[in-house]
Amino acid sequence: MISVSVLHRQGDFVLDAHFEAGEGVTALFGPSGSGKTTLVQMIAGLTRPDEASISFDGMLWDDTDKRVFVTPHRRRIGYVFQEGRLFPHLTARQNLLYGQFFAPRGERRISEAEVVSLLGIERLLNARPATLSGGEKQRVAIGRALLSAPRLILMDEPLSALDRTRKQEILPYIESIRDRIKIPIVYVSHAIDEVARLANRVVLLDDGKVKAQGTPAEIFPDATNLPESLAPQSMFEARLIGHEPYYGLSIAEIGSEVITLQPVDLPDGTLVRMRIPATDIILALERPQNISALNHLAGTITSLANDGPHVLVSLDCAGQRLVSRITLLSAERLALKPGMTVHALFKAVTVDGGSVFHLSAETAAS
Amino acid sequence: MQFSDYEWVAIALSLKVAALAVSASLPLGVTVAYLLARREFIGKSLLSAVISLPLILPPVVTGYLLLIAFGRKGVVGIFLQAVFGFSFSFRWTGAALAAAVMGFPLLVQAIRISMEAIDRRLEAAAGTLGASPLWVFLTITLPLALPGIIAGTVLAFARSLGEFGATITFVSAIPGETQTLASAISAALQDPDGEPEAWRLTLLSILISFTAIFLSGFVSRLVARRVGTVS
Repeated sequence: MISVSVLHRQGDFVLDAHFEAGEGVTALFGPSGSGKTTLVQMIAGLTRPDEASISFDGMLWDDTDKRVFVTPHRRRIGYVFQEGRLFPHLTARQNLLYGQFFAPRGERRISEAEVVSLLGIERLLNARPATLSGGEKQRVAIGRALLSAPRLILMDEPLSALDRTRKQEILPYIESIRDRIKIPIVYVSHAIDEVARLANRVVLLDDGKVKAQGTPAEIFPDATNLPESLAPQSMFEARLIGHEPYYGLSIAEIGSEVITLQPVDLPDGTLVRMRIPATDIILALERPQNISALNHLAGTITSLANDGPHVLVSLDCAGQRLVSRITLLSAERLALKPGMTVHALFKAVTVDGGSVFHLSAETAAS
Repeated sequence: MQFSDYEWVAIALSLKVAALAVSASLPLGVTVAYLLARREFIGKSLLSAVISLPLILPPVVTGYLLLIAFGRKGVVGIFLQAVFGFSFSFRWTGAALAAAVMGFPLLVQAIRISMEAIDRRLEAAAGTLGASPLWVFLTITLPLALPGIIAGTVLAFARSLGEFGATITFVSAIPGETQTLASAISAALQDPDGEPEAWRLTLLSILISFTAIFLSGFVSRLVARRVGTVS
């Protein structure tokens, strides 16, 4: 468990942030310039805040009142930087071993062979960084961080320098680190798809302040939390229960409700998180008949919030939070009130592999 | 081209003096270059200026200052004689000291520039992986600065070979002890029949310097490719 409380001035920018991060992936999420990178640098000890109290599992790392400062090389952090930062004079393998060399023997929980196969970098080992692609460099950088037997992994937008295809290539590796290696990860990102896919918890940063923290399902449906550029969305959990090869659909259940979605390449029984933008959900007072939209979920309205000319309607569907953005006109016509039962409709085609992410059992439990 | 024994002695001595000057000043040169490139401390600009001084001062002045400090009657000279029984005066080691002082600014400057060019984020990354500052220096900074270290070494070596003013002022030009190539050329020119000898030694100086510069360029490129600073 890492506990961070910092106050830092840099010109006009004031970073005043307090949060905690435990098991699994904690995403530091926010627009560029919100202070995310500065925060992880402070956790690593690469930047010293004006006022700080940063501790990890009860060890003080940086405390300005008590005049404690642990230098970066004694914190045992696996830091994956935006630009990889592989050592240019060493081969990929030497880069990996560089991290391992300084790790105390008794605490090496993962071997070089495991890291190499986990990240699929067997063929790259003898190459020099200059000859690797961006995605390959980043995989080696992740491996190097893992081999240093870190107590905490910091990933600072590790995918931001990569194109879409490369991102898709690396995300599964980060998922398997989350699910197989029990080291807390702080993941900095301004990309909601990465956060939806990886995070157990979200710390939402805006202009140097923590605006909200909680699970993705709590944070992303709430427009008051989100930066203007980001539309509210539901993030709810479901379990895959089958596939319809003839129709090219996958079937999942949420509580007692069954939903259909685009085929996803995950085995039955997998717990998944689905992301659906609020604008994609239609509300109806009765369960509609003869309609092409396949998914009808009954839910209770928990709140209505005005959002400009729109209304954001939050629903509780089998314990999951759904949010729908409708016009003020529709809200008045249907006379929506908290406590009413409505049906949330969405098309199976809006939910595809790009918005369905598998969750490990631990991830889901939190 | 035939060299007399007298000339061979001067050539061998020059190489010996330059080799000692450079190898003895290299560790200090790397340390000072690192301090100037990476650390902030009081008196940094003063240190930087003092090191550069031999570049600007007339060599005779540098030689004279060395004589005052390290000569038989100099404070340091008396101390070294009394405690270690060691003296620079009129010895080839004195010539090496003069050469080292004259070559030091070139050595430091080349290494400092190459260290300043190293991406400090790589050093920070090494720190997060558990490397202490000393380890970071030895495993990241030093290898990445290698092209600059080689370039600086060769420059200082070439400068040492050609050193004349400070050497002759500090330790004179005693054949076989302190008479280097440059002093031998100067001595030959004083001799009415010495012109052919001066020519031979001059050509030889050009050859040595040219080879050194060429080799250093070659080795620097090779190393730069190897450490990945140039792909």
